[in-house]
Amino acid sequence: MRITCPICGPRDRREFYYQGAAVAIERPAPDAGAEVWDDYLHNRDNPAGETRDLWYHESGCAAWIVVTRDTNTHEVMGAELADDAKAERP
Amino acid sequence: MRIAGKGLIDRARPVGFRFDGHRYEGFAGDTLASALLANGIRVMGRSFKYHRPRGVLSAGSEEPNALVTTGLGPAQEPNVRATTLELHEGLMARSQNRWPSLGWDALAVNDLFAPFLGAGFYYKTFMWPRRFWERVYEPVIRRAAGLGALSGEAVTQKYERAWAHCDLLVIGAGPAGLMAARTAAEAGADVILVDEDTVCGGRLNAERLEVDGRPGAEWAAAMAADLAARPNVRIMTRTTVTGAYDGGVYGALERLAHDVAMRPGAPLECFWRINARAAVLAAGALERPVAFANNDRPGVMTAGAVRAYLNRWRVAPGRNVAVFGNTDDAHRTAADLVAAGVHVSALIDARPHARCDLDVPFYAGAQVCNAQGRHGLEAISIARASGIEKVQADCLAMSGGWNPTLHLTCHMNGRPAWNPDIAAFVPRDGAIPGMVTAGACRGDFSTRACLEGGARAAAQALETLGLKAPEADIPKAEDSAYDIAPLWAVPGKGRAWLDFQNDVTVKDVKQAAVENFRSVEHMKRYTTQGMATDQGKNSNVAALAVLADATGRGIPETGTTTFRPPYSPVAIAAMGAGAQGKGFAPERFTTSHAASVARGAPMIEAGLWYRPSYFPKPGETHWRQSCDREVGYVRGAVGIADVSTLGKIDIQGRDAGAFLDYVYTNTFSTLKVGRVRYGLMLREDGFVMDDGTCARLGEEHYLMTTTTAAAGQVMRHLEFVHQCLAPKMDVRFISVTEQWAQFAVAGPKSRALLDDLLDAPVGDMPFMGCGEVTVGGVAARLFRISFSGEHAYELAVPARYGDALFRELAARAEGLGGGPYGMEALNVLRIEKGFITHAEIHGRVTADDIGMGRMISAKKDCIGKTMAARPGLSEPGREQLVGLKPVGAVKELTAGAHLFEQDAQAVSANDLGYLTSVGFSPTFGRFLGLGFLRDGRERHGEVLRAVDHLRQTETLVEVQDPVQFDADGGRTRD
Repeated sequence: MRITCPICGPRDRREFYYQGAAVAIERPAPDAGAEVWDDYLHNRDNPAGETRDLWYHESGCAAWIVVTRDTNTHEVMGAELADDAKAERP
Repeated sequence: MRIAGKGLIDRARPVGFRFDGHRYEGFAGDTLASALLANGIRVMGRSFKYHRPRGVLSAGSEEPNALVTTGLGPAQEPNVRATTLELHEGLMARSQNRWPSLGWDALAVNDLFAPFLGAGFYYKTFMWPRRFWERVYEPVIRRAAGLGALSGEAVTQKYERAWAHCDLLVIGAGPAGLMAARTAAEAGADVILVDEDTVCGGRLNAERLEVDGRPGAEWAAAMAADLAARPNVRIMTRTTVTGAYDGGVYGALERLAHDVAMRPGAPLECFWRINARAAVLAAGALERPVAFANNDRPGVMTAGAVRAYLNRWRVAPGRNVAVFGNTDDAHRTAADLVAAGVHVSALIDARPHARCDLDVPFYAGAQVCNAQGRHGLEAISIARASGIEKVQADCLAMSGGWNPTLHLTCHMNGRPAWNPDIAAFVPRDGAIPGMVTAGACRGDFSTRACLEGGARAAAQALETLGLKAPEADIPKAEDSAYDIAPLWAVPGKGRAWLDFQNDVTVKDVKQAAVENFRSVEHMKRYTTQGMATDQGKNSNVAALAVLADATGRGIPETGTTTFRPPYSPVAIAAMGAGAQGKGFAPERFTTSHAASVARGAPMIEAGLWYRPSYFPKPGETHWRQSCDREVGYVRGAVGIADVSTLGKIDIQGRDAGAFLDYVYTNTFSTLKVGRVRYGLMLREDGFVMDDGTCARLGEEHYLMTTTTAAAGQVMRHLEFVHQCLAPKMDVRFISVTEQWAQFAVAGPKSRALLDDLLDAPVGDMPFMGCGEVTVGGVAARLFRISFSGEHAYELAVPARYGDALFRELAARAEGLGGGPYGMEALNVLRIEKGFITHAEIHGRVTADDIGMGRMISAKKDCIGKTMAARPGLSEPGREQLVGLKPVGAVKELTAGAHLFEQDAQAVSANDLGYLTSVGFSPTFGRFLGLGFLRDGRERHGEVLRAVDHLRQTETLVEVQDPVQFDADGGRTRD
């Protein structure tokens, strides 16, 4: 499996550390309430199809990136810096 | 028997070798199988279950019968296929699964019991008594059935792994692969051409076919030479692509030629990971045997193998050969035999309409229904409408047609499609993203079709890469139609083998169907068909055809089992190359490593680091004596310890302070320059992640220390918080763990030592102060921090001075009545003082549990703050950090012991907590421990049972404050 780091280009997935769902970049406000925090920290979808994951280019440039891939086909559709992925959100 | 002619062997280079101790001779270019056949050896192995004598079936990597063991001791390699084992001088091969000898095997008696040993026999037979299965039945069965054995010794030969990148990977260098590679090469693509054989050419090396008016092998050699001369082509022979993986990654095993592998430092095998933007699969096809009674007699082999032995190795597998088939390949085989001067005793073509233009006894619409000759074929029985006729033959060339080698297309869940025209499965397009199939592996069997298909596939693949293929010039070649009458199993009495390697017969598959194992996956597991090292390459399609017949379904409805990587066996040593020992766990050494080892210190692992356990002195017979002495250094004089393994992260930027406020529970933006503060870090779920000190070196410059264990995790966490949660903050981090060597100088005489050592006296640096100093003219950093509870410092210098500084510090400490101390003493010192490590902050404790609840600042947000406020994380009933001391008859404490009320049973329902760290405190003259106890802070003074079920020990302990030494901290501060 290969992931295209937005900074370093296509790299072997062994260079990356896998974190989990990209939900982790959308930290709620401290007073958002127990349910919102529970969703943020613990509740995860298990999609058959497109999913967005957070990976860390640990053996490379240390960038945290959001990788979009398909859990059915294992196809990697794209990767962007976590900062950019946040900026797209309203 | 060797015959005249050139072939691909070098008759000028005879090669001596041994098989089962006997000396034989072959030629360079031979395989073990061809050399044995040339020497008249027909029995090369014994079968898995029935121990039947077996000869070679094929001439390639799919071989199920002729498996041998090579090498001795650590170099012993079992199940080596004689058909791919290159003959080399001094080769010593041994047959397998026989005792005492290949010719007379005691367990051949199994063959007589065959009626009782059918599919599933051990599930039905060895049921009672139940406990006999593990102790008696299984060991006996395992010894009786089997293949080669490992030596049990660790591998000493070298294996390697490597990575390669290309635009186009061409798998298989037969006519299709060669054409694909040349087409891509001419278009300017970076090409890797891989073939499992020692030379390019594929079937062209085994046939008398012509390409472009030249012998096929010659054409292939010329093509390979042309390709090899191009800078954008890399040819990898002796290399098998074993798997297709996500994202255009292919696994490939390269076996080095024996003379290369024997060079000093050279590996036996190299496991490649090839990253290809596109790929052409041109893997060819495998010929399938026909099932008939006793079709496993030595001398019965596939027709294609007979032609390969004749044409490539110039070996006649028999003097009197019969040929049996259902395609024109049977006629081609007979023609090759006649041309080589070998007598053909019969040509049997199962197709009723077949005609023969050769001068040999011809049987159209007939089938071979039995074979005679226990240690080698003597005769065959031919069934025809008029009855059964017996014909003498010492070799039978059989062909049931060809199965495309489509295995790789199934590695990403692709399912092949049934093509009734060729009675075989063919790959579906797009089964592997970026891979195109060409030639026989997609069911195009004529040479011309392969050449065309290769060029076409390359053009198709190049288009996806944005490259334009030149107009291909397809050479002239044979283009005959493939005419097959499906033939899987010849009806009749007696056992007809499908899977030679696992001894699975037609009867077994039918039995599975009768017992309702009708799904092909169930049949496979019940009969073990296709589960041997050949993974059913020779038997899968025939077995499922028999199953389809037995269950009254068609072959497409019955379906196939799934092909998974690897295509052919790969030694674990090759896949794991470079990942054993230090390759798996690299060693990290501190700058004081050599000096510590020179002092006799046993080094213990701390993650990847090695740290001194203690520094023994002459006369000390037990580590505890050394540890006690070293604790005394720190409490009474001065001790030196290397603390460089702690993570050090340099943090700079305008928002560095604000950032630290966000990741630590307490506040760092208010810390004065030149001061150090202890910090606590939480995970976002509210549990403690790590702790350590953080020094402010400048307005916008901090130096964070982490625990040794969590250095990597904390670095990742900081980057996460910055990039993902607080990207607007102006702050940057870099690990400087390895750039600075840092030593604890601890004890009442620490300041005296440093005043003397440093270029200027320490002066009145306060507790938790820090500053820049020089030592011998070298710029250094001094921190007044303590992990021992004593007046102490940590002195850091650039790593290149670490060794010299450690030696100097240790010597000066010794002059003051102290010396270096190791991890054991460091641990005792911190337990006495109630300081925590990851033994305590093990991932399930909160700040409140360790008595640091108030360190979570109320004035600001921080990571973990919201969730730490969850009611369950601080309410009564949680286990809290306590100190423990033994008060019963047993004076020793053990970490891992659990705590119970004195009158309670030591069972989990009554569990109140557990010990995390223990050590013998020479300061107090008794063991001390830290642990967690339910509502522990309210229970100081209580006496409990500490029960260690693992070590079978128990003692009484008194609960006390975790800080057992110098509770008011006077010694640290003064």
